[in-house]
Amino acid sequence: MINEQLVWAIFFIPLASFCLLALLVRPFFNSYSYISGPIAIVSIGISFILSLLTFFEVATNSNHNLVSEPNSWLEIGDFHFTVGILMDPLTAVMLVVVTGVSLMVQIYSMGYMKPSNHGSENAEHHGPEELGKPVYARYFAYMSLFTASMLGLVMAANVVQLFVFWELVGLCSYLLIGFWFHRPAAAAAAKKAFIVTRIGDFGFLIALMYLFFKTHNKGDNYLEISVINANLPGLVDAGLITAGALTLIALGMFVGAIGKSGQFPLHTWLPDAMEGPTPVSALIHAATMVTAGVFLVARFFPIFEHSPDVMLIVTIIGGVTAIFAATMGLVANDIKRVLAYSTVSQLGYMMLALGVGAYGPAIFHLFTHAFFKALLFLGSGSVNHATGTFDMRYMGGLRRKMPITYITFLIGSLSLAGIFPLAGFWSKDEILLNAWDKGDVASIIGFSLALIAVFMTAFYMFRALLLTFEGDFRGGSDKDPEAQAHGPVHLTESPFPMVLPLVILAIPAVIIGFLVNPIKDFGGIPAHWFTHKLEHSLHLPPPPAFDPILAIISSLIALLGILLAWAMYKRNPYLSPATMGRVAGPIYTLFLNKYYVDEVYEKFITGRIYYNGIALISDWIDRNIVDRTVNIIGWLGANFGSLIRELQTGQTQMYATVTSVGIIIIAAVYIFGM
Amino acid sequence: MEIPGILSIAIFLPFISAVIVAVFLTGKAARGFAVIASALELVVTGYIFVAHRQNGYDFSERITSWFPDSFPVQYFLSVDGISAPLILLTGLLGIVAIFASWNITERTKEHFMWLLLLQGAVIGVFTSMDFLLFFLFWELELIPMFFLISIWGTGRKEYSAMKFLIFTILGSAFMLIGILVIFAGTGTFDMTRISEALPSSNLIMPVGILFLFMSIGFAVKLPVFPLHTWLPDAHTDAPTAASVMLAGVLLKMGGYGLLRVSAGMFPDQLEKYAWVLALLGVINIIYGAAITIRQTDLKRLIAYSSVSHMGFVLLGLSAMGGVTSHLAMTGAALQMFTHGTITGLLFLTIGFIYERTHTRHIPDLGGLARRMPIFTVSFVVAGLASLGLPGTSGFVSEITIFLGAFPAFKLATIIAAFGVVLTAAYILWMIQRSMFGPERERFAQIGDATAVQVIPIGLLIVSIIGVGIYPAFVSDVFTEGITQMLNMTGAN
Repeated sequence: MINEQLVWAIFFIPLASFCLLALLVRPFFNSYSYISGPIAIVSIGISFILSLLTFFEVATNSNHNLVSEPNSWLEIGDFHFTVGILMDPLTAVMLVVVTGVSLMVQIYSMGYMKPSNHGSENAEHHGPEELGKPVYARYFAYMSLFTASMLGLVMAANVVQLFVFWELVGLCSYLLIGFWFHRPAAAAAAKKAFIVTRIGDFGFLIALMYLFFKTHNKGDNYLEISVINANLPGLVDAGLITAGALTLIALGMFVGAIGKSGQFPLHTWLPDAMEGPTPVSALIHAATMVTAGVFLVARFFPIFEHSPDVMLIVTIIGGVTAIFAATMGLVANDIKRVLAYSTVSQLGYMMLALGVGAYGPAIFHLFTHAFFKALLFLGSGSVNHATGTFDMRYMGGLRRKMPITYITFLIGSLSLAGIFPLAGFWSKDEILLNAWDKGDVASIIGFSLALIAVFMTAFYMFRALLLTFEGDFRGGSDKDPEAQAHGPVHLTESPFPMVLPLVILAIPAVIIGFLVNPIKDFGGIPAHWFTHKLEHSLHLPPPPAFDPILAIISSLIALLGILLAWAMYKRNPYLSPATMGRVAGPIYTLFLNKYYVDEVYEKFITGRIYYNGIALISDWIDRNIVDRTVNIIGWLGANFGSLIRELQTGQTQMYATVTSVGIIIIAAVYIFGM
Repeated sequence: MEIPGILSIAIFLPFISAVIVAVFLTGKAARGFAVIASALELVVTGYIFVAHRQNGYDFSERITSWFPDSFPVQYFLSVDGISAPLILLTGLLGIVAIFASWNITERTKEHFMWLLLLQGAVIGVFTSMDFLLFFLFWELELIPMFFLISIWGTGRKEYSAMKFLIFTILGSAFMLIGILVIFAGTGTFDMTRISEALPSSNLIMPVGILFLFMSIGFAVKLPVFPLHTWLPDAHTDAPTAASVMLAGVLLKMGGYGLLRVSAGMFPDQLEKYAWVLALLGVINIIYGAAITIRQTDLKRLIAYSSVSHMGFVLLGLSAMGGVTSHLAMTGAALQMFTHGTITGLLFLTIGFIYERTHTRHIPDLGGLARRMPIFTVSFVVAGLASLGLPGTSGFVSEITIFLGAFPAFKLATIIAAFGVVLTAAYILWMIQRSMFGPERERFAQIGDATAVQVIPIGLLIVSIIGVGIYPAFVSDVFTEGITQMLNMTGAN
């Protein structure tokens, strides 16, 4: 049986691992840093087992929640900050996703981050004198901190507690994107990720302020998530707060979610985040942290549901992001960037689902996506391990050299493309079905965008697969002018610790869709078991029934995408990519340059308007107007001082000044006193 | 157990130590003695804080027969919830400043003498409950700081020291007039009695003007736009220890005065002009942050960031009288404490790095992280705390100010909250340019922190993370003090 202490342990064990590695191993026992990996893996392994037990406990528990009393943390006036655990099906699912993927990624990292790892992206890092040892302890320390923070985020019972971990996962993302801080691109990407997500957090912060302002005198502690979800809509219905207030709160939270989940228009940081080590991309920038935005909307779903305007925005942003990111994925040459755009696009699907009210399907897609996307990222790392590059133009022909990587990557691609009967098929189908079924204008727009994105997804994944594994090998890092190192390329399958997680993750990528959420009763598993559990406490209309026609249409569209990719990137293509590029012309350029959004943000807004505009003018005003004005006053004061100076000599002037001031005071006071 | 006279000990321990250093010791002996004295002072201030926190002791000391009866100046010391954490902060940064001066070779003993005098004077400011005694310590603090900047500083040090002096003296001139007017009206210098005596007294100037006169002195110190321009110059040219003390505790004298005097004695005036405080707070925060990002000298950058961060104190105070004034004002007080440790650590680290690189010009730095892992950790922790990351003390003070001030001034608080984005931008960009990137040839021989330097860094990191994880340790005390003050003023 799982009690509160054991749930806390899920969070505290990885945290302890971080403390051990950061405070003890890294500073004092760095020559033994090879123990860092096992320490981190064992701790996350324990958390994983406890998470699984918790998941089954919650799933079989009649009220679906494990209730625990909040602990007081900070109390000032009306502000009562408590910390506690909110354990409902959503949290239980997230716990399994976070610990499960984290465990796989950390095992993989044992092989990938190994100092002797030739050709990989950390090759340059270990000079002969340090053999990568400091890197090893630091890496696993950060990974443990991230896992703990992410677990803290999904378990949080208080919205301020959630915000704390929300920012802490952002910190870990910053530290891990900038892990190879000596590379300017990595340092810049880390900073960009933090600042762009912080713009989202600014929205979240306003939502917090507004929430506290509206509710601090309403009795219950409205910082508790369960109180917010249970009572806040009621306050609106009772007229105690306005519907507009609720809309603002939901909107602020969604701005936070946009930042964290890389939704348009704050998506720009996520592709750049690929500067981090590949296992980090798999864990943080694909499977877990970036889903925190989706999680946030789901967490406060009763509030969103009560704000139709915000739901409309969620739908549109989700649909637009799904297709917008996919178009950029079509043309990217870096395999990790293809996957990054794909992640942004898939997160758009999840947002779309939430927007149309399909709470269960959104989390279902989050769940399946975590496995197959982590698998794909780890696969790209495996490829990099062999070739030393991420640029697909210098890969090719790896199928025979790396059969396990190839097979697992193929499975991941099929699952992501939504091919029957793999996991991605079921979850994506649910989203499309719900959007279609909702039927209003925004939902239909979202549905159409998502359906076009299905075609693009299938195309870019198979473009990546064919470029990487088929044809002839095109030289790897030896040929890539931008590769980090130009060492000899050894085209062999990756070592066991890397291959094992690929194989393990490939299993859920195939079966987990039908297994947890079958469309019909399947063995002991009732139909739609997963989404029913998630939605039990929400009062949602009954979900639409599985629609074979829609499933066939979306599958055909995906197959068309695969077909086009095959026609363009097979040996002796029917359609040469170069020709296609010329035909597409300006659109191709637009996609390749990411719609120039980065240019607008960095060159225009931060560069022109802020740094060389507002900041420059402020700085000029401060030096030439404010300071000059007060210096004139100061000059008057200084001349006044020189009068006194004539009465005094040498260093004692200052004492004398003060003393004489003192005497004047006392004399004045005596005069007043008389 | 309540140790009698502990407040006098806290003031005079540094004073007497300063005299001993000046008269009997030189060189390393002076340094060693200063370390011991400041360690003892840390114990004393720590005791005062903990004893007040646990048992509510106020440690009052009162000598009424200091002056003739017709001139009722008392030697009156006391602590409450507002001053106790600031006393602890002074003790903490005092020893940090001594360690920061470890490698001073020029006029060593004088340097330590001034530092100790400075510390005693600041403790005097925070403990005095007699207005004239308060003013005496307020002025006394100027002398050591003036010499610290003008002798051991860099760049235009004489100019900066004089600028610092003139600004503060002009500010305190107004304050002195105010104190005298209050005395003329109420017949007392006893700060604990003024707030009740003031409303019924016959003042020779309008109370609004009096409020303004008192507040100008504090506003210069905090500093408040447009009286802030002494600060970048003084910080940039001061030696490391002086920067640590200046940013860490001297600015807090301004915030303390605003709380104790402007808010505590003139609550009606403060509420009347709350919008001015909110406006100036927003200007400090946003205008300060915009200027900060343009700076290329590390110390000047952090100096302007202090202008920005002190705006949060103003914003917190502006909520006085509102429904959430407890929260906002506790946040303001907390911001003073947290900013003291965070900015202290930033200046300390920059000072240590400067000792090795001999430059603070950001474009000339870069790639230091691999050579200096300890300094990098210290710099990054301080930077993250400065941008208000949860888990550090900076977050606690900012979120409480935001939540508390929002009901009073919504637009101002939202604009101020955008400061968190601007702060993240300049802090992370600064870290990126100075510490990250490829290693540079000319820094190939540079080393990391020595064991002695780890001590002050460790002390500050522990206090930053400690308060971040368990904020109630400090905030409970501030809350008690603020609540007491608000009850006394009848504001809530």
